[in-house]
Amino acid sequence: MGIRGATPMATTTEQAPDAGGGFRLSQLWYDTRYRSYTFQLIALVLLILAFAWLINNAFNNPVLQEAGISFEFLGAPAGYDINQQPIPYTSQDTHLRATVIGAINTLIVAFLACVTATVFGVIAGVLRLSKNWIVSKLMAVYVEMFRNIPVLIWILIIFTVAANVFPAMADFRIPRDGSDPTRTPVLGMFAFTNQGVFIPRLTFDGQGWLFLAIFAASVLGVFGWRRYARNELYSKGREVPVWWPSLLILFVPVIVAQFALGQPVGLENPEMGRFRFDGGFLLRPSLIALWFALSIYTGAFIAENVRAGILAVSKGQTEAAAALGLRPGRIMSLVVLPQALRVIIPPLISQYLNITKNTSLAIAVGYMDLTGTLGGITLNQTGRALECILLLMAFYLSFSLAISAIMNVYNRSVALKER
Amino acid sequence: MQKTVFLGTLAAAVGTAGFALADAHEGSTLAQVQERGSLNCGVTTGVPGFAEPDADGVWQGFDVAVCRAVAAAVLGDPNAVTFVPTTGKTRFTALASGEIDMLARNTTWTFSRDTDLSFDFVGVNYYDGQGFMVPADLGVSSATELDGATVCIQTGTTTELNLADFFRVNGMSYEPVPIETGAEAVQQYLAGACDVYTTDRSALAAQRAGFEDPDASVILPEVVSKEPLGPLVRHGDNEWGDIVRWTLNALISAEELGITQGNVEEMAASAGDNPEINRILGTEGDLAAMVGLEADAFKNAIAAVGNYGEVFDTNIGESTAIGLARGLNAQYTDGGLIYSPPFR
Repeated sequence: MGIRGATPMATTTEQAPDAGGGFRLSQLWYDTRYRSYTFQLIALVLLILAFAWLINNAFNNPVLQEAGISFEFLGAPAGYDINQQPIPYTSQDTHLRATVIGAINTLIVAFLACVTATVFGVIAGVLRLSKNWIVSKLMAVYVEMFRNIPVLIWILIIFTVAANVFPAMADFRIPRDGSDPTRTPVLGMFAFTNQGVFIPRLTFDGQGWLFLAIFAASVLGVFGWRRYARNELYSKGREVPVWWPSLLILFVPVIVAQFALGQPVGLENPEMGRFRFDGGFLLRPSLIALWFALSIYTGAFIAENVRAGILAVSKGQTEAAAALGLRPGRIMSLVVLPQALRVIIPPLISQYLNITKNTSLAIAVGYMDLTGTLGGITLNQTGRALECILLLMAFYLSFSLAISAIMNVYNRSVALKER
Repeated sequence: MQKTVFLGTLAAAVGTAGFALADAHEGSTLAQVQERGSLNCGVTTGVPGFAEPDADGVWQGFDVAVCRAVAAAVLGDPNAVTFVPTTGKTRFTALASGEIDMLARNTTWTFSRDTDLSFDFVGVNYYDGQGFMVPADLGVSSATELDGATVCIQTGTTTELNLADFFRVNGMSYEPVPIETGAEAVQQYLAGACDVYTTDRSALAAQRAGFEDPDASVILPEVVSKEPLGPLVRHGDNEWGDIVRWTLNALISAEELGITQGNVEEMAASAGDNPEINRILGTEGDLAAMVGLEADAFKNAIAAVGNYGEVFDTNIGESTAIGLARGLNAQYTDGGLIYSPPFR
């Protein structure tokens, strides 16, 4: 660390002793131009020695010598089942595939939590600055309560609550005497049970791809319309409505397509089987607990970032905007937030990284993320601890660096452009 | 800067790992235990009857007795044990790293654990098999009716693999709910978050005994695996492995030969008629010295916890709340599998 940090010092030293004299050994110690290099060299040598000692230790370890380092276990059948499978998987697939599933599950919950944490954070951050006493105090309570209790506790609380507060799955089962079950899904579509939340699933038949293509075109169309509206406003000063045409563009073509193509898109409702619902889509308690806990916990931190960002925009900006006749909502969205973003984004990146790393707490509730598959069951069944941990570090490191890279691109786009 | 920070972090990480690995293997385990004056024994985080702290915080149980017997044999004091609770996932790391000297944590003896993981199982102290527990009102009488059920399972155990195999072979599907510890799994099962709880049948019986209403749960008849449970040590220190192995065998032989906690002192006072009893109790020959222990080592072990049958009866036998029958775990003379090689 010292190597780079100290370099500028060496170049900015003022005292250059005798110009004519050659280099003397004592200068390494007494001359500020060289002293920093001396220290850096000593630090470097110590660091290398420490590394060498540790690696030597590791290689002389009897257990490690016995087993050696090998990644061949990744090709062997995993032998265990995984409940949440974003890609098909059976217990006969390899450890590698199980690892990939774990990685995808990590990314799924990280993505979901980042999105909802941002939503919670922005809402709470803005509302905490509200002039309404109750609203601002409520948000203060939210922030202080959630960010000051460890996230693991929140995960466990939500998991336990989900298991004990949601109706028992037994209530939804058809009793053996054939009478009606105690409970039925809400609207026949949503079943909140202590074994998870069952929701309908979209199904696509043969022409589903055409439907998806039309939907994608509609989304592009909405962006096109918004661009058109902005151009009209900027170039001619004409205000073109945005909201209802957007809705029309988004929904009319797909509804027409749905009927014209003979209903290619269907809704599969959860149906009660012998033990639980078949069909539909299952949000498992472990996912819900992890997602929700990470969202509210990190949301509290983001709320503070947002508040700081907004307070960083000088009051004069708000007053100037008000003097121009902008309504409060527009002042926030057009004047304050764009400037506040510059302050908000950098700490937001570290919150996203925190979420991604905190997903490894999934282990507490049995969510099958990367730590659960590779760092949990695979490690334990194969005993390849060193290899698994190295892989685990590599995965999390690359996830985090990728998120940083993407967010930094975004940060550059909102940063103050100095010309 | 980023790069240097990264290197620093890596160094720290490698460093921690290095220390953990470096610490473990200096001198024989026996010497370490004697120098330390106490035995570090890995047990479960709490399975009634097998290993659980009692109301006074003193560890009691079937597996705990093995730890105490070894401590009595090696150190002469059954209480010179530091119990280290381990989960299904942490147990092997704890043993491999040297954090514990032996593991007595109803661990199944399998080929890969014995070879690939570099451990040595010293014997079997309980022949078990994996079973299923379901609520009685689920109306299930056989595990083959469980297609589509939600199954709570302790993660990182052989039961996880047996479960996958059982459902696959029978062409059934299920929803696994992986749980870290047995206690949490029971909580989930009782809350109805899973329909089925699966683990070794002994543990099922033990945990069911602790339920508020034990009769509301039934243990299905199927036994889907062989689970020979036994204590294990690190591979490589054979002397230490011998000590643990023959301490366990001494308890087993003691039952066969009629040595009990009550009469052991009397029998050890002077050499009797039975030469094998004499050899175990150290009044004839010097067997204990061959594994580096005092002559009365095995006598101390038996005096500390009783013979195998007594350990079984006081902790998990039919007179206890857990109420397990001897079954496979009877002496071979009674039709069971419990059999010790001769002390000779």
